[in-house]
Amino acid sequence: MSVLVWIEQIDNEPVPSCWEVLGKARELAHQMGTQAAALVAGQDVDAIAQEALGYGADTVYVADSPVLARFRLQPYVETVHQALDAAQATLFLTNATVHGGTLAAMVACRRNAGIAAQAVDLHLEDGRPVATRAIYSGNMLADIHFESDLAVASIRPRSFPMPEPGPAKGTVVPLEIPLAEEQVEEKILEVKPAEKGEISLTEARIIVSGGRGVAADPAKGFQLIGELADVLGAAVGASRAAVDAGYIEYKHQVGQTGKTVKPDLYIACGISGAIQHLAGMGQSKVIVAINKDPEAPIFERAHYGVVEDLFVMVPALTEEFRKRLGKG
Amino acid sequence: MKVVALIKQTPDTAELPKVSVDEARSGQIQTTMVINPWDEFAAEEAIQLADRLGATSVAISMGRPDQTDALKHALAMGIQSAVLVDEAVAAEGDEWTAAEALAQAIRLQGDDVQIVLAGKMSVDGNSGLIHVGVACKLGWSLLVNVTRIAEVADGRITVERSFEGGQEVVQVPLPVVISVAKEINEPRYPSFMGIRKANRAQIPVLGKDEIPISPAPPRARWENLRKPEQRTVQVKIIQGATPQEKAAGLVDALLAEKVI
Repeated sequence: MSVLVWIEQIDNEPVPSCWEVLGKARELAHQMGTQAAALVAGQDVDAIAQEALGYGADTVYVADSPVLARFRLQPYVETVHQALDAAQATLFLTNATVHGGTLAAMVACRRNAGIAAQAVDLHLEDGRPVATRAIYSGNMLADIHFESDLAVASIRPRSFPMPEPGPAKGTVVPLEIPLAEEQVEEKILEVKPAEKGEISLTEARIIVSGGRGVAADPAKGFQLIGELADVLGAAVGASRAAVDAGYIEYKHQVGQTGKTVKPDLYIACGISGAIQHLAGMGQSKVIVAINKDPEAPIFERAHYGVVEDLFVMVPALTEEFRKRLGKG
Repeated sequence: MKVVALIKQTPDTAELPKVSVDEARSGQIQTTMVINPWDEFAAEEAIQLADRLGATSVAISMGRPDQTDALKHALAMGIQSAVLVDEAVAAEGDEWTAAEALAQAIRLQGDDVQIVLAGKMSVDGNSGLIHVGVACKLGWSLLVNVTRIAEVADGRITVERSFEGGQEVVQVPLPVVISVAKEINEPRYPSFMGIRKANRAQIPVLGKDEIPISPAPPRARWENLRKPEQRTVQVKIIQGATPQEKAAGLVDALLAEKVI
């Protein structure tokens, strides 16, 4: 028996939220008296398998094939089936990214298993897993109890702390690759990777976001926000108002109709704090609001506030961080 | 060819915080109900695709027999016909039961259904499971987070899709289930004529006779529905004579919080 975690890789880089899930799997497996197993699928993924051992997997199943180089649902589902059988898993976990969420759902449906999608927490009751989900766009919580032999959950990034890697103790088990390329119906014709160094909003530890407050000079505003983000190694976010006004691309949008994020630090620059925006970032550990309007509702949810024009405050903050972090 | 859009009726997003635990448990929601905002993109794409391909568009929803407002919105936008699946057919079931009911409803539309479009998730359930379950139950190809439908030809469909690592252009054989992303289009507002037509439309309701689901125990139980604890924070306003002084004060505070 075991808890199996799928380790997502994009262009042969493991996605950090998988280690958070593996850390939790290890804790649950320990409490259940079973093993924590990981599945690494891709092409030339030995290094990722070693990393998974370092993050505490007792067994890492490796499916290494050109067929699996990029995520395609059909061969990945077949690979998960193999790993579930090999690991005799009673709990299958993925990170709730676009790929992880879809993979967990398809595997659960095929296996007639119960699923908690986009879960934010996991615990045991009477030795069985229970997952917590946020519903009604973060306005309600529910606990999912599983009735099927296999329980499946996709976990939102940053739901659990990042574990410390240690020495690799477990074993690597290669899996038979279930499909040949001719049997895969989905063909990837073209790939446009994300910009180099771009940090995924949902994975980010720090986010610097801009809103309508940049209106006086949107290009300059987001340039200043980008510079602050660079110094902090942060991702750039935006409010719906900024996206709808065409100041920045939709993929940066945080909130009910954008991404739900949970960074350690969220710096809101010129964002008023509409309820739909708060729904997407209200769980951030520390929230900083920079706004020239002292009455802006964002100050009711922020831990620290600065009443100042972002065009002056953001560069001053960038400069101060540069100095203090020794990046000057 | 037929193009199906899956539609859900959900609480108005501005009123989501008002939904009580009792309402959620019973399903008797008192707030204003609208078409799930993510499904508007699916409806719009179905209309455009039907135009492009010379196909007909059908909207399918699941709910109580009187919950037809979302379907009427889709009809008013320009979807050609609508069908409601009585949620009683999947009573006591879970997401996979709902997916099975919708899959059966899609099959009832005929063999010429080649494309099923859905929003990425509902604003109430937040699971993003149903389109996956429908593809699973139908045994069709599945493409998620699609930002553009490039071509439908020779029994195959080519689309652009987006994920955390960038974009890909991919091709799969038809028939296909697709979840659409916000970038795919700009949903139109219903026209006055469209609203009048939608109000006159007869929406057939499919029940247990048309959609027989063998009762199976749900694979997951939902318990302990509750409101999240409200975080109460007291904002600390960083004071300073100059922006530089304020910046220094803020950086001190954030370094002390150990979040940098």
